[in-house]
Amino acid sequence: MLTFVLRRLGQSALALFVMSVLVFAGVYAIGNPVDILISPQADQAEIAQTIARLGLDRPLWEQYWLFLKSALTGDLGVSYAASVPAITLILERMPATLELALTATVIAIVLGIPLGLLAGLKPESWAGRSIMAGSILGFSLPTFWVGLMLIMVFSVQLGWLPATGRGTTVEVYGIPLSFLTADGIRHLILPATNLALFQLSLLIRLTRAGTREALQQDYVRYARAKGVTEHNVVRVHVLRNILIPVVTVAGLELGSLIAFAIVTETIFAWPGMGKLLIDSINVLDRPVIVAYLLVIVCLFIVINLLVDLLYTALDPRVRLQGTR
Amino acid sequence: MSILKFQRILRRGAVLLCITPFFQAAITSAAELRIGLSGEVTSLDPHYLAAQPNLTVARHVFESLTDVDPQTRLIPGLAESWRVLDAKTWEFTLRRGVIFHDGTPLTAEDVAFSLQRPLSIKGSPGGFASYVRAIATTTVVDKRTLRIKTKYPYGALPEELNSILIVSKRAALKAGPEDFDSGRAMIGTGPYKFVNYRRGDRLVLERHDGWWGPRPAWERVTLRVVTSDPSRTAALLAGDLDAIEHVPSADIKNLKQNKKLRVMQTTSWRTILLHLDQYRAQPPGITDHTGKPLPHNPFLDLRVRKALSKAIHREAIAARVMEGLAVPAANIVSPGVFGHNTELKPEAYDPEGAKRLLAEAGYPKGFRVTLAGPNNRYINDEQVLQTVAQLLTRVGIVTRVEAAPMSAFIGRARNGDTAFSLLGWGSFAADLALRSLVATPTAEKGWGTWNWGHYSNLKVDALMEQAFASVDRPKREALAREANTLAMNDLAIIPLHHQVVSWAMRANLDYTPRTDEFTFAHHFTPH
Repeated sequence: MLTFVLRRLGQSALALFVMSVLVFAGVYAIGNPVDILISPQADQAEIAQTIARLGLDRPLWEQYWLFLKSALTGDLGVSYAASVPAITLILERMPATLELALTATVIAIVLGIPLGLLAGLKPESWAGRSIMAGSILGFSLPTFWVGLMLIMVFSVQLGWLPATGRGTTVEVYGIPLSFLTADGIRHLILPATNLALFQLSLLIRLTRAGTREALQQDYVRYARAKGVTEHNVVRVHVLRNILIPVVTVAGLELGSLIAFAIVTETIFAWPGMGKLLIDSINVLDRPVIVAYLLVIVCLFIVINLLVDLLYTALDPRVRLQGTR
Repeated sequence: MSILKFQRILRRGAVLLCITPFFQAAITSAAELRIGLSGEVTSLDPHYLAAQPNLTVARHVFESLTDVDPQTRLIPGLAESWRVLDAKTWEFTLRRGVIFHDGTPLTAEDVAFSLQRPLSIKGSPGGFASYVRAIATTTVVDKRTLRIKTKYPYGALPEELNSILIVSKRAALKAGPEDFDSGRAMIGTGPYKFVNYRRGDRLVLERHDGWWGPRPAWERVTLRVVTSDPSRTAALLAGDLDAIEHVPSADIKNLKQNKKLRVMQTTSWRTILLHLDQYRAQPPGITDHTGKPLPHNPFLDLRVRKALSKAIHREAIAARVMEGLAVPAANIVSPGVFGHNTELKPEAYDPEGAKRLLAEAGYPKGFRVTLAGPNNRYINDEQVLQTVAQLLTRVGIVTRVEAAPMSAFIGRARNGDTAFSLLGWGSFAADLALRSLVATPTAEKGWGTWNWGHYSNLKVDALMEQAFASVDRPKREALAREANTLAMNDLAIIPLHHQVVSWAMRANLDYTPRTDEFTFAHHFTPH
């Protein structure tokens, strides 16, 4: 178990290093933030001074070396555009994104598993067919379009919910959370639904397929033959056995939801990390771009680790091994 | 199923579920105004980054010595008047009874400190130092009088000072950008006081009742950043916002027809223009039809530049590609701006004339060029590039378009990797615009920083020199206009159009549209 975790951490450090090199070089190749951010009235000397002061005139390897040195002491640099440490900017925005992604995951799980189960148990019924048809739409419609449609219908036409932004927040242990206020929830419903749609469809299909498969298994037939009630067959024998793939996907998808909430955040003007990334890319704010991607890689690593650990809890047959 | 029927069903559903009260939109007080801004605000420090979104919010809290009216004409700001003592000395007299948000009075000390502060900000990628570089010394004569000595005679000083916002010396003495973001140093003299700020989301302001200007109609103002164009429009339609800036061209028609809304528009100061390489023998991307380099740079020939200008159908671009959000241009600055020449008329679309000129210049069959430009900066910028390319191709100049996000394009253009590029420029004086775009690039003078084509005309340079040396405004304007006319007749750059800027708001609101594109809550009035 311990070897497994240590080995994972070693691999993660390597992944972080490779990622930072790639992003650093990539942003360097696109251009220079001073070219975009400089005041239009600046003269040649001022431009040169500004570039030199930010160290952007040095060779790429030297800039990277300086970054690496301070990164190892925990300093990921200061945002050019905002004059705030990059990591502060990201942590400041993180609660909003996590709140959105977790709400979306909860929606997906709470709706996805029961609906998938229903579709799996009664595949030929009217409900089962509609659920499957709905899930195809959830898969195939682009997020930005669905987002705009949600706004058009629920905000513009019906006026039920606000179109954009994050609602009133309350601080819990210094973290601003909006799902604890009525106004916050009203603002959260549309973006979270929009973000959840893909994962919801995925979980429905996964649960349905798993259920159909489990129902054919000998242990289910045997349980039925033994006279176990249908309720218990589903709960103990079907549900428990299909949870492993469902947990894997829900876990991995949580990472994607956090990392790729960008479109939803932009459409709904949700002040999260994804929107920060887009704004930073537009002005080549390298410290923020690099720090953001490092944070995301870390999140993925942690989530994957947790998913692996959760396996052992769900299925005693799974053993985590240090070597393979 | 029609949308209306669909709506009815949805409504009925809502009533059945009894969830309506929970979903009812929050009721806002009549004296509150919520505005949707289009650009990300990166810092509240008014001296950190010279970007329009930052200045938009800062100008609610802070003011400058000189101001400009909605037509970009210079008017008094915190200085009620200024006069020229000699060619290099200016005296500014501060307005009486101006108080900061903390109740302390504005003094010349605060102004002197604020003019100095931009120079002390080190980590900025685009600060305000350029606006004060002409200043040699600032002397506080008395509480209300300030004397500024410039390094050289400089008539554009009042314009430059418009960009420097005045902060309270007491509050900002040791403050960095983080102290402004937290609100601690957000002590200005402007119409609105800082209440709270959520980065990337909103700034909430409250009326400063001690303001010297006309009392704004709104007690409370929320400036919200909604960068996605369709979402900003939707938020207005949904009633989340009372007004929005930079209405996307696709929505203008619908919003104008909506009886609950009003759209206000004016010609913006932003001129969209083309830079042509006029310094290299064989600029990149310019070849004959077989791909071989041409013996000479065709753009050096005025007849070729003229042909390009004639081949561009400005009216069609303005009406179709820009969906009416443009005015064909012949000037470097927009109508009404200092130094604009109304006698210059946009070049008429004349493809035959263009072909004749090309033949005269020795290119009867034309040649090939690459036109570069941004695809996320100006209104419909990529479509404009494509249209210009099509129009030029029609007269034989086969044009390939290279559109990229501004961040990727601008570095290449500055490096000289492009020979034919599109740029947008907003300025409130022709001489200032010419200095950046058309003046012979000279590092010592700081001229021609944005003259990507390296156009050089000593006559234009001399006229600009004289204009800047004139502290007499009418004389300076005449010289600036002459320089502008000379440069435009010589096609130093090819002007395409001036953008039209739009605001949309609830029908019971009114806003005087501003040429400088700024959105100010205190200029919105109930209608």
